[in-house]
Order: sequence, then C-alpha cells, then structure tokens
Amino acid sequence: ALGAEGAPRSGGGAAGWGLRSGAGAAPENEYDLLVIGGGSGGLACAKEAAQFGRKVAVMDYVEPSPQGTSWGLGGTCVNVGCIPKKLMHQAALLGSALKDAQHYGWNISQPVHHTWSVMAQGVQNYVKSLNWGHRVQLQEKKVKYFNIKGSFSDPHTVCGLTKAGKETVVTADNIVIATGGRPKYPMDVAGALEYGITSDDLFWLKESPGKTLVVGASYVSLECAGFLTGIGLDTTVMMRSVPLRGFDQQMASLVTEHMESYGTKFLKRCFPTKVEKLKSNRLQVTWKNADLDTEETDSFDTVMWAVGRAPDTKTLNLETVGVKTNSETGKIIVDASEATSVPHIYAVGDITEGRPELTPTAIAAGKLLAQRLFGQSSELMDYDNVPTTVFAPLEYGCVGLSEEAAVQRYGSDNIEVYHAFYKPLEFTVAERDATQCYMKMVCLREREQRILGLHFIGPNAGEVIQGFALGIKCGATYPQMMKTVGIHPTCAEEVTKLHITKRSGLDATVTGC
Amino acid sequence: VTAYMSKNSSYDASIVVATPSSKIEAAKYEKKVMVLDFVTPTPQGSSWGLGGTCVNVGCIPKKLMHQAALLGQALQDSRKFGWQFTEEVKHNWMTMTESVQNYIGSLNWGYRVALRDNKVTYENAYGEFVGPHTIKATNKKGIEKLYTAERFIIATGERPRYLGIPGDKEYCLSSDDLFSLPYCPGKTLVVGASYVALECAGFLAGLGLDVTVMVRSILLRGFDQDMANRIGEYMKEHGVNFIREFVPIKVEQVEEGTPGILKVTAKSTAGDQMIEGEYNTVLLAIGRDPCTRKIGLDKVGVNINEKTGKIPVNDEEQTNVSYIYAVGDILQDKLELTPVAIQAGRLLVRRLYAGATTKCDYVNVPTTVFTPLEYGACGYSEETAVEKFGEENIEVYHSHFWPLEWTVPSRDNNKCYAKIICNIQDNERVIGFHVLGPNAGEVTQGFAAAIKCGLTKEQLDNTVGIHPVCAEVCIQSHLKAHGILG
Repeated sequence: ALGAEGAPRSGGGAAGWGLRSGAGAAPENEYDLLVIGGGSGGLACAKEAAQFGRKVAVMDYVEPSPQGTSWGLGGTCVNVGCIPKKLMHQAALLGSALKDAQHYGWNISQPVHHTWSVMAQGVQNYVKSLNWGHRVQLQEKKVKYFNIKGSFSDPHTVCGLTKAGKETVVTADNIVIATGGRPKYPMDVAGALEYGITSDDLFWLKESPGKTLVVGASYVSLECAGFLTGIGLDTTVMMRSVPLRGFDQQMASLVTEHMESYGTKFLKRCFPTKVEKLKSNRLQVTWKNADLDTEETDSFDTVMWAVGRAPDTKTLNLETVGVKTNSETGKIIVDASEATSVPHIYAVGDITEGRPELTPTAIAAGKLLAQRLFGQSSELMDYDNVPTTVFAPLEYGCVGLSEEAAVQRYGSDNIEVYHAFYKPLEFTVAERDATQCYMKMVCLREREQRILGLHFIGPNAGEVIQGFALGIKCGATYPQMMKTVGIHPTCAEEVTKLHITKRSGLDATVTGC
Repeated sequence: VTAYMSKNSSYDASIVVATPSSKIEAAKYEKKVMVLDFVTPTPQGSSWGLGGTCVNVGCIPKKLMHQAALLGQALQDSRKFGWQFTEEVKHNWMTMTESVQNYIGSLNWGYRVALRDNKVTYENAYGEFVGPHTIKATNKKGIEKLYTAERFIIATGERPRYLGIPGDKEYCLSSDDLFSLPYCPGKTLVVGASYVALECAGFLAGLGLDVTVMVRSILLRGFDQDMANRIGEYMKEHGVNFIREFVPIKVEQVEEGTPGILKVTAKSTAGDQMIEGEYNTVLLAIGRDPCTRKIGLDKVGVNINEKTGKIPVNDEEQTNVSYIYAVGDILQDKLELTPVAIQAGRLLVRRLYAGATTKCDYVNVPTTVFTPLEYGACGYSEETAVEKFGEENIEVYHSHFWPLEWTVPSRDNNKCYAKIICNIQDNERVIGFHVLGPNAGEVTQGFAAAIKCGLTKEQLDNTVGIHPVCAEVCIQSHLKAHGILG
C-alpha cells in the first residue's frame, strides 16, 4: 500500500502529507521504520530492522561545523570520534615505539619527525572508505538513504530539504531519533566561535594544528591532547576543575600525571576569558587562574574546545510532536525500552538522557529496539557494567563502579579494594617509566566478594578489560579471579594476581615473575 | 631436588625450584626452608642464574625478543602514520641481547634478595636423593653436603631435547643458548614445530634474519589445528620458509665461526628423498625432557613414567612417597606453564602449612603462543570439543577481523580471527575460546576469567564491547554459527 518513493500519496497530491491529526486510525505510512541519524545507533537499528524484511529508511545529514567541516555517512564514531581518534592515538603510540625500538636494537637515524598531512590523509581515506562501506551496506539491505536534515511535521511524518533544495517527505509507522550530539562552544568566551575548532574539525585538518591549546577536562580533551603531544606538537590542556568527571578520580589523576611526564602541559584551575587573532594569524588566549587569582595570556596556533557535547534537537521540531526532552541537557527522555513520550517514536544513542555516550551501547540498544519492534523480542538493553576505555597516552580501561561510587553505595567498611602497581615487561628493556601503571579491583567485602568494579591503566587497556567485563556480567567474584590462572607474560595476568588491599596499607608494587 | 641441612638443624621443607614462589610461600609460615638450584651448562656451555626456565631461557627473554620483532613491524607501520626516518633500518643483535640479559640479571638478583628477605636458605648446588629424607648437594667446585628435611618439593623442570644424530650436540643450539648468544645467529634453521620453534623462528625472521623451519609432521601438536595452520600460513606469508615432512639426519660443520656455516642433511618422512642445506645456525626445538633421571628418585622410591621421565602426582601434587611433592613442568599430564607452576606451588604450601584446602585448578587454563600473529586460547580446541561432546552438541561462532591499527598501514585484512566454542547441551556454555591477533594474551586473560565464572553465549551477547579494540569482536553478535568443522 505504499506509493513509489517520493511520489505523492494516493488521494492527496501535495496536500496528502500535510495535515494529519495524531489520534485516530493512522493512514498507511510509506515505511515501517524511519531512522533519523545515520550514526552508530541509527544504522544498527535500521540494518537490524531490514533483516526482518521491513521497509526501512535512514535520514542522515551533517550540518557543517562553524569552521565548515563536514563528513559522510556513519555518524560521530566513524567520522569525528572513535575511529580517527584511535588511529591518531596509534600514530602517537608509534612515536613511542620508535624510541623503544632503539633500545631493542633497531638502528634508526635521527632526527625522526612526524608529518601531520601524511597521517591525516591516511586516516581520512580510511574514514571515507567506511562512509562508502555504510552506503553499500544500506543498499545491500535495501534500506533507503536520504541525505537530508529532517524535522517532524507530525508524529509519523518527517520532512526536510536535500542539499539541492528539494523538499522531501517521509512517513513511517515507527520513527527512531538517533541524531547524536555535537561539540559545545563556550558561550562566555569572546572569539570562541570564530577562532576555535572542536573535535569535529581536528581530524579533518589538512595541515598540522601546531602549538595547540585544548580546553576541557573530558576524555575528548585528554585523548586529543595526548596524541597531539605524542606526534611532537607543543600541547597544553586547560582545565577548570577535575579531569574526567564521573570517572574514578584516583585513576583520572594517574592519567593526567602520566600525560604531564609525557610532555603535555597543564593549566589547572584555569578558564579562558577571550580569544583574539594576532596579525601573525596566531591566536592570543587570555585566561583566569582561579588558584592565583591572576589573569594570564599566551599565543597558540590552534585552540580546540572540548568542553562537552550537546544534542542537536532544535531543528528536529520535537515540540511540534510532543517528544519530551530534559530541560537542562536537551536530551530526549526515554524509558527502558527506548520509547519517548510519543507513541511510536523512539530514541537511541548519545541523544538519549541518562545513557552512556558510547558507540557499542548505541549499537546494542538500536539492534534490540529493532528486534522488539519487528522480531517479537522483549529483551531490553542492559546498561549495567558497560566497559569503556580512555585512549590517553597511557590507556585507562574500566568496568563497573568507581571506588568513590562503591563507597557511596555500600560504605567503605563493606568494600575491599585490591590494587597493584606493576611494570609491563616491554617497558623494562625500553627503560620506560611505569610509575602510573596501576590496577585496582573494587569488591564487596562480604563472603562472596563480588566484583563491583575493575580499573586498569596501562598499554592495551581496552584489550585487557573486555574479557573481564564479561566476567563481571557473569557475577564474577574475587575468589573466581584468583582461581583463574594467568597468561605469562602479560599485563592482564596481574589482575588475576591482585592480593594487596588498600586497607592493609602495604606497598602495592608487584614484580612480574 | 630438595635439600636438607647438615648436622643440627633440619629443614621443614627443602625445595629445588626454578621459580621461587613456593619457597617464599613456605617461609611465610615460618617454616625452615632451603632451596637448591643448579644449572648444568648446555653442550654449548650456556648457563644462567636463579629463576629457572621462564626467567632465563623461556617466557621472559622470548617475549622481549618477540617485542623487538614487533617493534620492527611497528617501524614500518609508523611511516604510514606520518613518521619519517631513513629508509634503511637495521637490527643489532648484540644491543638487544645485552639489554635482555641485563634485565634477566636483575631478576636473578631480585630472587636472591627475595629469598634472603624471606629467610630461605639458598644453595647453588646440584641436589640428589641419597636416602629417606636425605639429600646430597654438590656445588660447582664439587663439594658435597648432606641435608635432611621433613618434606621435599621437586620442581626441577625440563631441558631441551636433542635429536640424537651426528653433530647435534656439537654444532646445534637450543633455546637454552639462543637468548644469550653473543653473536647474531644469521641464517637459521629451526628444527621442530612446537611453540618454542615457531616463536623463535617468528622473532628471528622479524629481526630480519633468513629463517627456515623444518617440520616433521604437524604444527603445534595438541593445539587447535585450524588455529595452528593459520599461524603457519601467516608466518609463511611473512617471510619464514617451511620445509614440511623432513627430519635432519646429520649436521656437519663447513666453516668455524660466530656464526659459522653448518651443513644439514635431511630425509623425507614420506619417502627416500634427501635434501641438504647450509645455515649459520641450527636451532633444535623438538621438545623438552624432565630433569628427573639423575636426582636419585630411585633411592627414595619415587615413581616416574619410565618413557617420558615425568612424575605422576595426585591432585594435591603428592608423589607416591608421602613426604615428597612435585610441581611444574615435570608433572605428568599437567600443563607446562609458569603460572600453573606458580599457582600449584603456592596452593600446595598453603595446604601443607596454613591449613588451606584449595587445590590447583588445572581446568580452563589460558595460554598464548607469541608467534608473529599471536594466538590466545582457553578451553577446548574444536577437535577435542567435537570428540568429547559430539559434533551435533557444539556450536562454533567465528569471525575474521581487521584491527583498526592495521587499516592505515594496509596490513592483512583477513588474517586475524576469533572463534568461540559453545556446549549446546549446557546452556550454550562457552567451552573454548581462540583468538589470533595482536595482544592475544591481553585479550584472552579476561575471557579466561569469564569462562571460569561459567560464561554462556547469552552472557557474551549481553556484554557491551569496548570500541574500537580487537577484543570486542569476540563478543560481537555478528559471529555466525558455521556448523562444525565446516
């Protein structure tokens, strides 16, 4: 009962899609599912729904950044998040590997230097291949792709303009909003918008950002500042208060401590007041130092804002259809089944209130949603014990509760924290400093000693934590960890050997063998 | 071998150990402990300090040299990530080996200090039983002492096997010699298909040497054979030569030197064909034999397997002689791994002296083969799962993956691979985990812990991945069942 795509509905001509009241028998919609937003959550949902033989459409549109940067299908993760971030992080790690290699007998002529454009091109080409890959996948699964910026005209209708200005209307039985977020700009800093860039721009720069100031204490800030330092750039991080708010603070401190010894400069307890452009084209930044109560200034080639991300819901027209959002964050309020306040309208991913802003959770939630809508499943997404990793120069992986959250929930008398400072074997010959290589396991103190949280700083932290996250999903206890034999020699084996408690006050430094 | 003290005092426990954990454990319970450790030099004259195989001629130097090889690859990758330096990069064997040996020296020293701090008496002497509760310790100078102890723990480990052909002991090296070799081995023939053979061949090739592996029959006997073959394929594609179904029958010296030139004659296992080849170094890695034949076990009546030399023990590591125990590589039907030995040793001592009852859990022990493409595994291989549970009762989920770090440098996109084997009849319990890819050990460890907790496929599916890392592919629901061995 569906007309050809783009053709006016039967019985309506141009007015057919115009006015439709919310209640009453729904007229036949063109699609079973329309997904607004072609990122991690949206694409996963759309592809899964298509597996059930449903008629699915995806709308994706990238509003260019203030600096004019734009990108293809795939969302934040693919274009301006996880993927380019990890690749540039890898470039930085390889810089360290070059230094290590000399200790291991490799003769490399000095000087060694890094060329941004070679790296950027390699990364950008790979991202473009992913954009292409997603287009092909949608085609193969017969999902219709619209490169338009959609907005609601009623609960089953979304319309928008293509880049060429053509008006397009799409109707669907079910709509999933997965438009994600975009970096915030500080509103109270003169020159922030004109002269600063964000992560949206960083990964697409054709030329090196040069001497860079990264403002913010988020993982975005630390990860970017980290790899910029690693490729040899003069990099400073400006933080207003604590690093990695929401993460375990002891671990967050170790991350920033390592970055300092790595060469990243930190301006702590400082916040910018204005950014001006100099005749030399450099940027002059003025800031307040809250501790010293002074005003300071310095010049940089690039100023990057990493002060948080916000959902882009203004142009969606959510008020028109009554989708409720959180007044403070602007995020869409959903229940455990990802349903919004409007029937048949759902939301997944970074745009949803109270959810982790992570690709794997968006993907999983999107898939499960499609399974519930079209596959007779009733399984809800489990947001508990989601593991994550901060890809700072010394990586930090974690799953479960931070120590502070565990103390708050259970009381310090009821938890036991096992910890260890260790040295990766590969650091020995390389003469690398392992001061911040550390791990801790937060357990309930009572008989079973269930594991509440696991935190690991060191190389390949993501690889280490993933399997343990599985264990925690299975209700792993401390004795079960101790029964697991280690793989030798690895860093991960130290998790199975944790035995010194914080409570004991003993020195937690362990030796490998 | 165990040792006991002369004259007045008697030891509670006397241990001859390569890895120090159990001795320190015993000392914690204020028992009088002695350790006898002695390294008989190799035919080439190599020897080493306290710490055993793992520290001196196993895990530690192996992983460090593997790391050196990986760094060689990293150098190549780094160019694609924007790093610039001269085209020609060469490796210096001596720089690497000296660094590795220095680190090992620090570990030997660390053990001496740890023993002293825990008041364990250490003697660098060769121990052998001479009668009930009595051991003779002979040091380098030939001086003999007698000791008695209430209990003994034998942990003498193993040494590499020789082929028993002309020229093997005179001219060939083993892993006992390789890690302290004072000159670059050059063009090398590795004989064997053990993980020792493949790991050594792998890093030697990674350092730029011309390497050939001579294999009698299959690779990595006892490991999942599909995974073993993938490892071999990868090595072949990355410059390691393989000669399959041949065994050396003699080794002759063509030229002396460091290294010299050796001529190897080999015979086909499938016919009469003979081949010859010249190499700078021949490295034998055809297996290891327990050091149990010359320690006087017959004097105290400890049974050993006559064929293999291994010592059978009960599930409390006790031999047939009630006051004599054994741990580590010399045990029959147990895994030859450092962490297993450490675990077994520690738990044994806690049972003996601290009233504990926990026995060593030898089930689902994870391991990793540090070949150029690393292989981590825990639980059943596909073949043994089929054998034990029946083809129709297991489900195998698998996937190739392309590590993100390999994309920009255009490295292989279809070589890394993960496989999970589930027991359908037991709630799709995960009974086997196999991963081939970078950092396989780091990936596998956590999965082993989860398997210990009874991981099922459903729990796997419900766990969110960390993105972007290799490990997440192991839980991604796009792993498809492929039926069995299909």
